[in-house]
Amino acid sequence: MTEAVWTALRTVTDPEIPVLTVVDMGIISGVRITESGVAVDVTPTFSACPAVALIREQIVEAVSAACGCEVIVRIVYDPPWTTERMTEEGRRKLKEFGVAPPSKACVGDRINAAVKASTTWSLEHIPCPFCDSKETELESIFGPTLCRSIHYCRGCQQSFEHFKPVE
Amino acid sequence: MNRFETAKDLPAMVRPAVVDLLFRMADDELIIGHRNSEWTGHAPILEEDIAFSSMAQDEMGHARAYYEMLHELGEADPDTLAFGRKPRQYRCASLVSLPKGDWAFSVVRQFLYDTSESVRLAALSESTFVPLAQLARKLRGEEKYHLMHGRSWVARLGSATEESRKRMQTALATCYPHALGLFEPTEADEPVAQYGIGLRERELKAQWESAVVPGLQAGGLSVADNVLPVYGGRVGRHPAALTELLDGMQLVYNIDPTAKW
Repeated sequence: MTEAVWTALRTVTDPEIPVLTVVDMGIISGVRITESGVAVDVTPTFSACPAVALIREQIVEAVSAACGCEVIVRIVYDPPWTTERMTEEGRRKLKEFGVAPPSKACVGDRINAAVKASTTWSLEHIPCPFCDSKETELESIFGPTLCRSIHYCRGCQQSFEHFKPVE
Repeated sequence: MNRFETAKDLPAMVRPAVVDLLFRMADDELIIGHRNSEWTGHAPILEEDIAFSSMAQDEMGHARAYYEMLHELGEADPDTLAFGRKPRQYRCASLVSLPKGDWAFSVVRQFLYDTSESVRLAALSESTFVPLAQLARKLRGEEKYHLMHGRSWVARLGSATEESRKRMQTALATCYPHALGLFEPTEADEPVAQYGIGLRERELKAQWESAVVPGLQAGGLSVADNVLPVYGGRVGRHPAALTELLDGMQLVYNIDPTAKW
């Protein structure tokens, strides 16, 4: 039963990045089989993400079709979504789609907390998803959706988007 | 110290203080979010149009999360709380109610406000009220990008041209007394501190000042000594600008509060 739920979840994609499934993104933080049906926990990438409502509906639809029972989706903030939750498969698909996967530079203690909070260093020199050059510049911290920033590659002279890292 | 796993576990002694704290944070976010959305289509450059619109979206989303928590604590549903109250019932500080002004004003306000939010959320991440601690940790990761934005523009505009420096300094002089009002002490202070929900406003204010000053110095901006705070927002006394804002924001809702969207 649990495996059937996960299989169904692998058919639900992010409406804003349709190549990624909710499993690739790492936003499924729990699946429980209960007496009355199935409970799925979703930990959103960004709490104000307007896609959450649609993702929730699609999960209910896909899982109830697969299992023929009642499905309850809970939006949770614990564990919080972080860059680490995205799968390697998800990172690969995202890059193929033309969006740089979330930088892992911000994860860990290499730079002290004050510097982390105060500068844009975690968004600098993001590898270009098209030519892999690191000669890239941050153009805008904010992009077309809450989870994306905009960059420019001096290697291939193209603008590209980057999935913002979250710690 | 005792931890409170759900809204039901909060002792009656501290409950009203948690409600008051949540209303202050939710209303600050809703109103500054609305003010920032006023730049959509009007910002000086496209990237800033996107930045202010994105920050507005984040802030309204955060307001909704706080209103949902208030609903768990027995208050009305989030839409009613956002749209169905009289100006006197809002608990936002005057800083967020002020009109958007010129772009320098909005940049300075956002920097002062985001810095206050970062110290508040850092404190609440350790809250004994577990759902609030979880939410605060989540929101902190997102607010990081607002701070990056604010700090880089304060540094750039503060030292770019004579005109930009003058506008930033003028904006700072106007904003600062209202920013101090973010830390207006309330009756919730002692229970909030005693039960380990969060810190006292004066403690947050001290942390905020030590974070704000280096950011302003990076742009060569300074604040006069002994600035007097503008209080009143936390007890429902607001500038006329808030009433005007709410008249516009609530207009459609008030035509038919029971309409389904």
